[in-house]
Amino acid sequence: MAEDRNDWPLWEVFVRSRNGLAHRHVGSLHAVDGEMAVEMARDVYCRRAEGVSVWVARSADIVASDPARKDDMFEPMVSKIYRHPTFYEIPSEVKNI
Amino acid sequence: MYTQGLDQRPADGATKAGDDPAALAAFQARVDREEKIEPNDWMPQGYRRTLVRQISQHAHSEIVGMLPEGNWITRAPSLRRKMILLAKVQDEGGHGLYLYSAAETLGVPRAEMVDQLLAGKAKYSSIFNYPTLTWADIGAIGWLVDGAAIMNQVPLCRCSYGPYARAMIRICREESFHQRQGYELMLKLAQGTSEQKRMAQDALDRWWWPSLMMFGPSDRESIHSSQNMAWKIKRVSNDELRQKFVDATVPQGHYLGLTFPDPELRFDEASGHWTHGPIDWSEFNRILAGDGPCNRERMAARRKAHADGAWVREAAAAFAAKRARRQRAEAAE
Ligand SMILES: [Fe+2]
Ligand SMILES: [Fe+2]
Repeated sequence: MAEDRNDWPLWEVFVRSRNGLAHRHVGSLHAVDGEMAVEMARDVYCRRAEGVSVWVARSADIVASDPARKDDMFEPMVSKIYRHPTFYEIPSEVKNI
Repeated sequence: MYTQGLDQRPADGATKAGDDPAALAAFQARVDREEKIEPNDWMPQGYRRTLVRQISQHAHSEIVGMLPEGNWITRAPSLRRKMILLAKVQDEGGHGLYLYSAAETLGVPRAEMVDQLLAGKAKYSSIFNYPTLTWADIGAIGWLVDGAAIMNQVPLCRCSYGPYARAMIRICREESFHQRQGYELMLKLAQGTSEQKRMAQDALDRWWWPSLMMFGPSDRESIHSSQNMAWKIKRVSNDELRQKFVDATVPQGHYLGLTFPDPELRFDEASGHWTHGPIDWSEFNRILAGDGPCNRERMAARRKAHADGAWVREAAAAFAAKRARRQRAEAAE
């Protein structure tokens, strides 16, 4: 079997389920090129009208944050509590704010 | 279809060489907090190996599982039944692909998993090594085999490994149609001519015990589940799942007016459960070891399909290369 090893690149598949919603990652597949990846994504991930739009991207092209650095990567946002509306005290008599 | 009960080796231990005890403890704490483990997260080597084995076996089962039913597509008795069966078999192919894709996130290329299957080194569910002798078998498979698969798969939607859990959610959404079309088929036969009813009974007689074996060895014999339970790869024990299946299925069979091939089957008032007779595990072990009625035929069919598709893979790769060259040339102009 080794002579035809599946060297087709891996693609990540994103599907927009309805108009107005964002595309969402649903899984991956192998295809020779983007066009084939879109057609296969239809067959593999949209057999029941799960989507109105498909994006595919080469898995190798995706750059991800490092899970081991999750704490220092996202901590600065956690400590900035003044970025949240609940940080501010407004007298209860004041309405519509 | 389905996973579990294939793997009779002990689970890979958590404390194998190479895993730092502090990292292991932090990992277990994450699992205990019901956090999902994602592909790039640190994980114990045993966790990774266990998942690769389980998910790839599950994927192989979906793919090999297309064969017994595919056998009847051209002989379906009506256009309606043919469309249903085509859609179901296509779903099973899709399930295989979701699962290969989940397994690949653990760092194993799909080609490697396919090679293992074709080389006869990988396991797949024992149930697909039984023949589909009559049209009623298609009903029995949907009702019983997919029914058992659902029981198995629903707890896997909560598996600690994110990509596997998400694949299982997609699969479970699709399985319900599989079971219902099978039961409807059985119902039509059971309400049909005496010959049709006899066919339905014969299919139940042949598929009942193999379906119970799908849940794997009894909890008393399965040595590997405690680690998998701690890692939340497995959530419910084999015997518990089997009991749930029996309780759900026996009344459905009685509604069809059929009898189960188990003289010891009875309702136990005290526990509120249906109790069944002993399972012939020697049959299960024989099939897992490769010596079932259709093991050789299934593997031969997979190998032939793979070999017959070689020219398609080559042509697609050549076409993509040609197009890429042309695009580069155009860009250079
Ligand atoms: Fe399936
Ligand atoms: Fe199914």
